[in-house]
Amino acid sequence: MADIGATLDLADRTREADAPHSPVVRFGFDKPLRLDAGVDFAPLQIAYQTYGTLNAARSNAVLICHALTGDQHVVNDHPVTGKPGWWETMVGAGKPIDTERYFVICPNVVGGCMGTSGPASTNPATGMPWGLDFPIITVRDMVRAQAMLLDHLGIESVFAVTGGSMGAMQVLQWAASYPRRVFAALPIAGSTRHSAQNIAFHEVGRQAVMADPDWRGGRYFAEGTNPRRGLAVARMGAHITYLSDAALHRKFGRRFQDRDNPTFSFDADFQVESYLRHQGITFVERFDANSYLYLTRAMDYFDLAADYDGVVAEAFRGAPTRFCVISFTSDWLFPTVESRAIVHALNAAGARVSFAEITTDKGHDAFLLDEPELFAIVRGFLDGAAKARGLPGR
Amino acid sequence: MLSRLKYDLTMAEAARAPGGSRVDLLVVADMVQRGARVLDVGCGDGELLRLLESRGVDGRGIELSREGVNECVAKGLAVVQGDADTDLEDYPDDAFDYVILSQTLQATRRPRVVLEHMLRIGRHGIVSFPNFGHWRIRLQIFFGGHMPRTDNLPYAWYDTPNIHFCSIKDFRELCHASGAKMEQAVALHAWGGRMRLKMPWWFWNLFGEQAVFLLSRRS
Repeated sequence: MADIGATLDLADRTREADAPHSPVVRFGFDKPLRLDAGVDFAPLQIAYQTYGTLNAARSNAVLICHALTGDQHVVNDHPVTGKPGWWETMVGAGKPIDTERYFVICPNVVGGCMGTSGPASTNPATGMPWGLDFPIITVRDMVRAQAMLLDHLGIESVFAVTGGSMGAMQVLQWAASYPRRVFAALPIAGSTRHSAQNIAFHEVGRQAVMADPDWRGGRYFAEGTNPRRGLAVARMGAHITYLSDAALHRKFGRRFQDRDNPTFSFDADFQVESYLRHQGITFVERFDANSYLYLTRAMDYFDLAADYDGVVAEAFRGAPTRFCVISFTSDWLFPTVESRAIVHALNAAGARVSFAEITTDKGHDAFLLDEPELFAIVRGFLDGAAKARGLPGR
Repeated sequence: MLSRLKYDLTMAEAARAPGGSRVDLLVVADMVQRGARVLDVGCGDGELLRLLESRGVDGRGIELSREGVNECVAKGLAVVQGDADTDLEDYPDDAFDYVILSQTLQATRRPRVVLEHMLRIGRHGIVSFPNFGHWRIRLQIFFGGHMPRTDNLPYAWYDTPNIHFCSIKDFRELCHASGAKMEQAVALHAWGGRMRLKMPWWFWNLFGEQAVFLLSRRS
């Protein structure tokens, strides 16, 4: 593992957390964010990206909720890595989420590290990054903060809200918390609650971070270290859960990396090892270790039914929102059975719901990849909803 | 392009009206009141749902085949992937004005249970099915000595999705047994036209190639 990561300039990273390459909105002490943990958080900064144009009726906004390790840079080059946006397959001119028709907004979540307040942001009281002094946040807190952003932008209701994985959790929370503000909801590869298996995976990731001596009890910024190895291991473990046995076999099989024979050492002999190490290294360049702890925790705490006496359907009772729930056959992290539970609840609540399971061997990450069937469904669903909303046709 | 699904092929050769819609679907659609909430169980590629939505009906669908579901959702229809035999019990009572089984009942494992769920979920039920009492089917069994195959029912016995055939007479018995009230019945002859009313049941059972029943709960 000695080869993981070049030394990072910590100032660079805190700069992206405090003064990001995105527009920001700041809410002062007069407008605190009321957190589920019982804290009024202020000041709050929200960084976001927008694409396309808001129409005069302010009725064509599409809110995109990013996943655990995503950010607001949906279809522009990433300011830290220089890589293309994470959802260029789905969003853009002429794409299923068509930026020539819709005004796309993607905020960085609360607890993130790309410009919205999170543990890497500077605590104004100390002048140092918050670290573990940052309050514990939940998916509902993320959604509350997004609602504050929409209020600020003067958008009373969004045409659609969508996202995959943790993004899908936010979509469901949006529909539950603000049913009148969501015309159409498209949760992809999501769940109404984080499963025991997923909490278990997250705990392994967090322990990997915390076991890194450079983590320093979360005070690594102050002490001039960075728990790169721990975070890289967390990412490597998590990344396996985003794929599938079949996809790994198809991509790598048992092939060797740049060699014909095993080296009889612990080098990355196999392509799959080399790939995972690469995933770990590139992740730590752009992500904050404490953010990873906070966001995984927020997902673990997500249980929509818990807020409604254990009955998920009550979360959607009387919701005017139209839903399209999508899952993938090879997703074992958020398997189809979880999406079916969402559909079951929506049906019981009498909501207008579509549900499609897409055949793919690409696992949980399929929502980020080139899946023509996914695109056809998202496009068809949004077209139908746009018609119902009275938005002009293509 | 997504493949057409198997169940829909059951009726792929069915007669079409001048507008292009299948006659049996038009008969079903004519039984539904404007503005109603409708659940189409086994909605195939969504042809009936589209027809209903064009008439101002709030339609939802359930479809077993993944290809069919995805095709429907891509058309903007509200359809979920599911199985009539297992998933209807998840729906609450009185959730819909009409529940429709269009060419679906004969493909279910437990038609009686499905029919009962249908009249629990919906205030009305509409069932259309191929009539196994039709004279051509009787002749094929009687003289041919083999399981019948027709334009509407093109499958061999070993690969058909249709596992519970019935005649019009049989279906009426099921309605009696499960407490369904027959509000209206239409039989279609071999060329897809509606048969004249006022015919006796035995005549329909012999010459009707398909039947469409509007049902309600017996109060």
